Amino acid sequence: MSKCSIGLLALSSLFLSGAAIAQEKIKVGVTATLEGTYTVLGEDGMRGHQTALNVLGKKIGDKELEFIVASTDATPDSAVRAVRKLIEQDKVQILLSPLSGDEGIAVKNFAKTHPELTFINAASGAQETTYVDPAPNFFRYNMDGAQWQVGLGKYAYDEKKYRKIATVGEDYSFIYTQVFGLVLEFCGAGGQVTNRQWVPLGTKDFASVIAALPDDVDAIYLGLGGADAVNFLNQYQQAGGKAHLMGGSIMIDQTILSSKGNAKNALVGTIAASGQADTWEDPGWQKFVKAYQDAFPPNKRFPSPSLLATNYYGSTMALILALRQVNGDLSNNQAKFREALAKIELDAPNGKIKLDSNRQAIGTNFVTEVVDDGKGALFSKVVKVIPNVNQTLGYDPAVFSKIGLPSRTVPECKKY
Amino acid sequence: MSRFIERHPAWALITIIAIAVLLWLIFSVWPPGLEEAIGRKRVFLNAVFNGITLGGLYFLVASGFTLIFGLMRNVNLAHGSLYLFGGYVGYAVSTSTGSWTLSFIVAFILTALVGVLLQVIVFRRMEGQDLRQTMVTIGLSIVFADLMLWACGGDFYQIQTPSWLIGPVDLPLITAVKSSGEPVYLRYPMVRLVIFAASVVIGVAMWLALNRTRIGMIIRAGVDDRDILAATGVRIQLVFVLVFAFGAGLAGIAGVVGGTFQSLSPGEDIRFLLASLVVVIVGGMGSIPGAALGALIIGLAEQLGSVYIPTYAIVVTFLIMVLVLAIRPQGLLARR
Repeated sequence: MSKCSIGLLALSSLFLSGAAIAQEKIKVGVTATLEGTYTVLGEDGMRGHQTALNVLGKKIGDKELEFIVASTDATPDSAVRAVRKLIEQDKVQILLSPLSGDEGIAVKNFAKTHPELTFINAASGAQETTYVDPAPNFFRYNMDGAQWQVGLGKYAYDEKKYRKIATVGEDYSFIYTQVFGLVLEFCGAGGQVTNRQWVPLGTKDFASVIAALPDDVDAIYLGLGGADAVNFLNQYQQAGGKAHLMGGSIMIDQTILSSKGNAKNALVGTIAASGQADTWEDPGWQKFVKAYQDAFPPNKRFPSPSLLATNYYGSTMALILALRQVNGDLSNNQAKFREALAKIELDAPNGKIKLDSNRQAIGTNFVTEVVDDGKGALFSKVVKVIPNVNQTLGYDPAVFSKIGLPSRTVPECKKY
Repeated sequence: MSRFIERHPAWALITIIAIAVLLWLIFSVWPPGLEEAIGRKRVFLNAVFNGITLGGLYFLVASGFTLIFGLMRNVNLAHGSLYLFGGYVGYAVSTSTGSWTLSFIVAFILTALVGVLLQVIVFRRMEGQDLRQTMVTIGLSIVFADLMLWACGGDFYQIQTPSWLIGPVDLPLITAVKSSGEPVYLRYPMVRLVIFAASVVIGVAMWLALNRTRIGMIIRAGVDDRDILAATGVRIQLVFVLVFAFGAGLAGIAGVVGGTFQSLSPGEDIRFLLASLVVVIVGGMGSIPGAALGALIIGLAEQLGSVYIPTYAIVVTFLIMVLVLAIRPQGLLARR
């Protein structure tokens, strides 16, 4: 499978390099999860990237951007392999990578071995990537998993009156970060998280996991994505599950809400939080949705862009705008370009984004609820918009650092 | 059976005790102390049932694999591709016609046809060269995987369960007793029970066909010594083609089953090839009862493992395989 795509890439880059003599090019490597559990997420990420190119164009002064795509499967080693291949074989100068949490941590560490190149995170959201020992040449224009959960815990406790919840999540860094954000806020408000179940990424048979869900809780939080989420919902329906659900940012997302079949209907009324909301009325968001819809025929896209499309759009936008500010000047180990990246304030579709001193995004978060549009399509409806969410989630940095790094058991369910 | 008890009294005793304990765990109401020690009975019962039904799916895939190996000594490493192909065909049929049952029939026929083509065009040319055949099947599995990726994309597909199979049923097994004294029964997904029943029916039918019919007699004779069988005037090539078609068709059916209660995507072919390899290594290459026993053991190990030792669940199946290879390398139910 991967051989095929690599072969095609090699061929296409061969043709492209022939044409490259005429004009000076800036080579950018892009990775996306085009294989494995998160295939659908990677594909929609690439749609967001393409939408950004349609809107902004590929010209940087008299130079032109050239993009080379490599596929990964959400594992850290696949991401490092893809990035290494882009750097060593395709000689890219800038990377737009990667998509998934564990990949992000691995690529950030790899970025340190190439201080002369610049890495722009495409969509990954593990906290550790930019919070622990950040790489000076790694920039992230999307929020991390914990930031994307801001508002959900309080909403569940205050409005929905949930007091006890349990969580089920994929066993890797991004979902740890999401549960981290949820637990911190929900337990801080006075709620209890009684049970945290972790399943390996790529689990097919959830029947036993579903059977082990506790009955004595008010709601169950699902931190799953891609094929795992669809498998879970399908088997949840077969098992006749009826609990209240809460969703993580890639669970309540068009990648799942527009999947085939009727198992997704279990999600109607589910509350969630994410870096975007499908039905937000902000003109910038609506313009982006329109651009996305116009770029692809209806059967080749989702009814509305997924979080991944939005993230890839935002990171591509940062790349192009910063390059234009310095007129494509990548001399002196890309120093000017990096300075522009660090300073830039994005007017992204999902709200204003600026970077902190770790080169991590400060942005807007949305609490949402899933609604049926009456024609069988599901969308996330805005319940609450929270601007200026930073990586320490509004905590004092000293207090925040004592909580510990997101993991299967951190944070404890208490008020910090 | 009685010979086994005579020869290995200690093992027989251990087996009988294990079965008795298992039956007690399934049918009794658990005392509170036990619930505290290993969790609720509902979780345990569900894991056991899931293991058995997953074993049913593994049996469907592995029985075709082991049948083909038993007769033709051909380790068909493209068997996983046939599984995935059957699943995609089933998906296409069920979405276009809306009929779940029809998707099984079409998937069986089309995968069987692919099996016939494979046998006639490829394997007949290199008959008796086991290693060469195996290498060719590896190559074919890579080609098939790429072709299917090209045709169906990297997306995951799920075959719609018919509405009469959606939802759970109450089984007459008590999981707990409420404080009011009212028993709580086990609720279990209907579709998994139906699929398990179907795989038992297929397994029994296969056993009957192999042991009670003329064609079954020919196949068994071929497994023992195909040269002598050919010398007696049986049209051995025709038997080969039929067996290959049937084994492939079973993989196709399994694909539809897998697509219904799990999902189909690139990579599933390798997963099920690996599963059926482990199953037949544990059960014994070429033995149908061995495939059934192996599938049951692997299914149970996977599901119980995922509940009670989630971190190491993946290791358990391979541990079992290593143990079997160390103690009884020919497999649990192999004849030789």
